[in-house]
Amino acid sequence: MDMDWINAPHSMGTTIIGVTYNGGTVLGADSRTSTGMYVANRASDKITQLTDNVYLCRSGSAADSQVVSDYVRYFLHQHIIQLGQPATVKVTANLIRLLSYNNKNTLETGLIVGGWDKYEGGSIYSVPLGGTMLQLPFAIGGSGSSYLYGFLDQAWKDGMSKEEAEALVVKCVSLAIARDGASGGVVRTVVINSEGVTRNFYPGDKLPLWHEELPLRNSLLEEASSEAEPMHA
Amino acid sequence: MLAAAQKDEKKDQALKNHVGHPQTGRDCPFTLLNSPISHTQYPYVTGTSVLGIKYKDGVLLASDMGGSYGSTLRYKSVQRLKPIGKHTLLGAGGEISDFQEIVRYLDELILYDNMWDDGNSLGPKEVHNYLNRLMYNRRNKFNPLWNTLVLGGVKNGQKYLGTVNMIGVHYEENHVATGFGNHLARPIFRDEWHEDMTFEEGVKLLEKCMLVLLYRDRSAVNKLQIAKITEEGATISEPYAIKTHWELEAFKNPATGAVGSW
Repeated sequence: MDMDWINAPHSMGTTIIGVTYNGGTVLGADSRTSTGMYVANRASDKITQLTDNVYLCRSGSAADSQVVSDYVRYFLHQHIIQLGQPATVKVTANLIRLLSYNNKNTLETGLIVGGWDKYEGGSIYSVPLGGTMLQLPFAIGGSGSSYLYGFLDQAWKDGMSKEEAEALVVKCVSLAIARDGASGGVVRTVVINSEGVTRNFYPGDKLPLWHEELPLRNSLLEEASSEAEPMHA
Repeated sequence: MLAAAQKDEKKDQALKNHVGHPQTGRDCPFTLLNSPISHTQYPYVTGTSVLGIKYKDGVLLASDMGGSYGSTLRYKSVQRLKPIGKHTLLGAGGEISDFQEIVRYLDELILYDNMWDDGNSLGPKEVHNYLNRLMYNRRNKFNPLWNTLVLGGVKNGQKYLGTVNMIGVHYEENHVATGFGNHLARPIFRDEWHEDMTFEEGVKLLEKCMLVLLYRDRSAVNKLQIAKITEEGATISEPYAIKTHWELEAFKNPATGAVGSW
């Protein structure tokens, strides 16, 4: 019947993004976890901590991405004890790669690893389906990313500041949410640099309005609030 | 009652030869449903053609830097040409994660070879043979490395160029190509390749073929690298893009004489 969503696996349709800037990394994601057509969690946190200085953006199967991140966190913890200093983003990304690659037939998760270490500064690694590992200046993933290729081809540039990079990340996730049914909710960002980690939260009603979206109001009986204005250009 | 219903379902399933795999959903032989062995995979991030030719001083390889994800040109700076030791160059089309793993295997092979510290080093023939065994044995286990590889090298004055693919087919030739290159580049090689080409002639020939591939292969991207291997060693060029030509009269008004077509 039309009730497949009851038993459908939890998947994070998702929009995830990671961007390096002059001094660190900014990771961003939406917050929608869907089970078929039903939104199982409208405020999920898809940016998961692996260590103090390395975080992971998860997309695809919620279960697969959670278990991969749990294993990597476990291995990294032991690695750090032995190493005696913070883990590098590259080592973290390779651990993710090993799990993704060696279990390519069963896993369905696309991941973006981002962080800061003293050797490379801010760096981003993309580990899509299949377990390919690629270091990139910025990466996008999840179903919502389809809507961002063209936008970023035009809008991304090298040498952005922290503020520019985070603004770009929020704009990207917000645009993807507008068009991808599998992405939605709030925009979460994580900024990682030599000074530490900052988590930010941009609620859905505070995001800019795009084409054909209307300002939010409490009721027909009230005027629209003047906070949110439709965006142009 | 639930147990009986399940038993019926199993019986129904047993009557069919092929069913949907419980994990991938794709077609799967019923007898292999509960098999612990993983079977043939599917490529996700793929590279397209690699071209190789012998020339006067050694071997030239060419490929673009695209990593496609289905029909999306997802990654545009993927290194698909890699040096292996001092004497060899490896280029790959197909699944990028498998190529990355192959390069790791080969780096380990070369490392152990160096550790012997006996003045001997693995040449392209040996590396090709190793890769052939690797690919063929994986194919026999129904778990292939989903690549077509081009291997070129020079050792002791001997030039070598060969190819191996995911089912273990392998051969040596004066000019090789993978993927679309087989259809578009090899006819040009057959016409225009000759023994002892200069470096410039070789590069021009490869660029001519890469241009055709750029026009006619949907998964080609305009960012390429040419790699050279000679007795002295291996070099891989910086990424660069080639000019394309669109100013043909026939392109400007293609519907003249047949309005509504094209």
